[in-house]
Amino acid sequence: MTTLQQTAAPPAEKSGGAGKRLPLRRLRPGNRRDLALFWFAVPGLAALLLFHYIPLLGNVIAFQDYQPYIGIMHSPWTGFDNFDVVFDGNEQFLRALSNTLQLTLIQVVFVFPVPIALALALNSLVSERLKKWVQNVLYLPHFLSWVVIVALFQQMLGQTGMLNLFLQSHDLGTWNIIGNPDTFKALLTFQVIWKDAGWGTILFLAALSRVDNNLYEASAMDGASRLRQTWHVTLPALRSLVILLLILRLGDALSVGFEQILLQQTAVGLQDSEVLDTYVFNNGLVGGQWGVAAAVGLVKGVVGVVLVLGANKIAHLFGEEGVYRS
Amino acid sequence: MTTLSPTRPRRSGGRTHRAYSAIPGESPGSPPWRALKSLLLLVCVLLVVVPFVAIVSTSVAGSAQVTEAGGFVLWPDHPTLDSYTALLSGGLVSRAMMVSVGITVVGTALSLVSSIMLAYGLSRPGSFGHKPILMLLLMSMLFVPGVIPTYLTVKQLGMINSYWSLILPTMINAFNVIVLRSFFMSIPKELLDAARIDGASEWSILSRVVLPLSKASVGVIGLFYAVTYWNAFFNALLFMNDAAKWPMQLVLRTYVVNNASLSGGQIDAAAGAPVPPAQSLQAAILVLSIVPIVLVYPFVQRHMNKGVMIGAVKG
Repeated sequence: MTTLQQTAAPPAEKSGGAGKRLPLRRLRPGNRRDLALFWFAVPGLAALLLFHYIPLLGNVIAFQDYQPYIGIMHSPWTGFDNFDVVFDGNEQFLRALSNTLQLTLIQVVFVFPVPIALALALNSLVSERLKKWVQNVLYLPHFLSWVVIVALFQQMLGQTGMLNLFLQSHDLGTWNIIGNPDTFKALLTFQVIWKDAGWGTILFLAALSRVDNNLYEASAMDGASRLRQTWHVTLPALRSLVILLLILRLGDALSVGFEQILLQQTAVGLQDSEVLDTYVFNNGLVGGQWGVAAAVGLVKGVVGVVLVLGANKIAHLFGEEGVYRS
Repeated sequence: MTTLSPTRPRRSGGRTHRAYSAIPGESPGSPPWRALKSLLLLVCVLLVVVPFVAIVSTSVAGSAQVTEAGGFVLWPDHPTLDSYTALLSGGLVSRAMMVSVGITVVGTALSLVSSIMLAYGLSRPGSFGHKPILMLLLMSMLFVPGVIPTYLTVKQLGMINSYWSLILPTMINAFNVIVLRSFFMSIPKELLDAARIDGASEWSILSRVVLPLSKASVGVIGLFYAVTYWNAFFNALLFMNDAAKWPMQLVLRTYVVNNASLSGGQIDAAAGAPVPPAQSLQAAILVLSIVPIVLVYPFVQRHMNKGVMIGAVKG
């Protein structure tokens, strides 16, 4: 924050002699070009202000008993009343929080390593053409929407889907995986892997391609086995990237697959599927508790920012680059 | 690298030594290990490919075969396009396709133009307003307004049930702008200075020097925007109450995910033709919402690694 204010204020204004120097500088042709560049930025800036920063300010309704027909200007202020849900341990809220954290943990453990393993397997393919082909197939699901993916999964694994048809025709019974609260978290995790594991390899493959080949030759000369090469050369080369991605994931710890869950929630029931994002949606837009939902959303956003900044700090302490440096 | 290393001695007989590998990178490992890895990749590829094949087959299978198979078909015996003609000859799905295509085309164009301009406007440190605008852009990735304030803003602007509500709120993606900006900044300064000395305006520098040099990046960013618009589901759910204005994703959700039955006015079963089986119709809707992505995919995937890499390394 402090850096923002310092950099935003031109140094000339601090020294007090600004009145004389600024107009002179504006006359130089270079600065007319600077102004042209500013006008280039205006449309994008306007969209950013209108649809990002104004809604950001709109979070004040978290401190109001917001009524749609009265509006932000006239709704009564209630201080921190709306936040009681968060801090007094409302049962529905705690359930959403617990489901969210469980899913984050499951996905860090089971989803995160998959692209690394895939990248290592891809990297050792001998034929370049085959490698490109496999990559292109595996990247594709990333570009599909969650609606498409949920629909595909239903058609494949649902009660009347392909798999169960096959099982039934061979008298193997049915495997009830879609719409089953017990397997819901596993299903979500598998869907995330199916969609994004292939795409996730891009960054790892890029990092692998930058490893100095001499390291492999030297280690082989010293008699390192394949596994030791992976352990001592390949994985260390991926370390910074892994830390960077873990930081980004940590910052997102409170957001788990909003659209994905929303689409499948009705079949499973709220007990096992409610997460923070769906809690905000279900209580605010569907249930009409605008203030409370906005308060939960605001707390979630603030905690997210703190998590990113904190994780970045930790990365610096370990001597890593992290996401940014100030 | 390969020119330096001798050919693999495995071919010429005798025990191999790991240092003499023709493949750059790790040595290939023992045959069972390699077979295991190939098998793993094969399984992954099949997991992706088989659902697509099944869906496409089911969508073109005749009703007799669908009934006989109990719902799904892995390979159609007598392919027919009945489901597609029923869906696309007027009615809900045809309209949704048009809405989705329109929003994707207009939205991508607007997003690209405004993002390129914003990225170029921010590409020279020290220009007027450079720092505060860049800060606003970067901060927008960190501070995300919640669903509720966004909904209220769009409502306040009177854009509920307007197609603009599916375009304007997502028009600028900060990450995409940063990727473009870092690419623009990597263009040698001398090129731009030469154009300036020749008296080119900033506009013609952008359109005649910068853009021709950054086709790959702009292509990839354009793909990302197009995919986002095509896939937009939640914004449509929020802002579009009028079913006549639904894009494909909402249709897909209602008639495939939630399994509502398509009937009467929703499909055009004119001339007394028999309605194709529900399973084929659902599969066809699914295919229709995947096809545009598969169509643009090959054009841009050539540049994908390059374009994404620049963002990853510098962004």
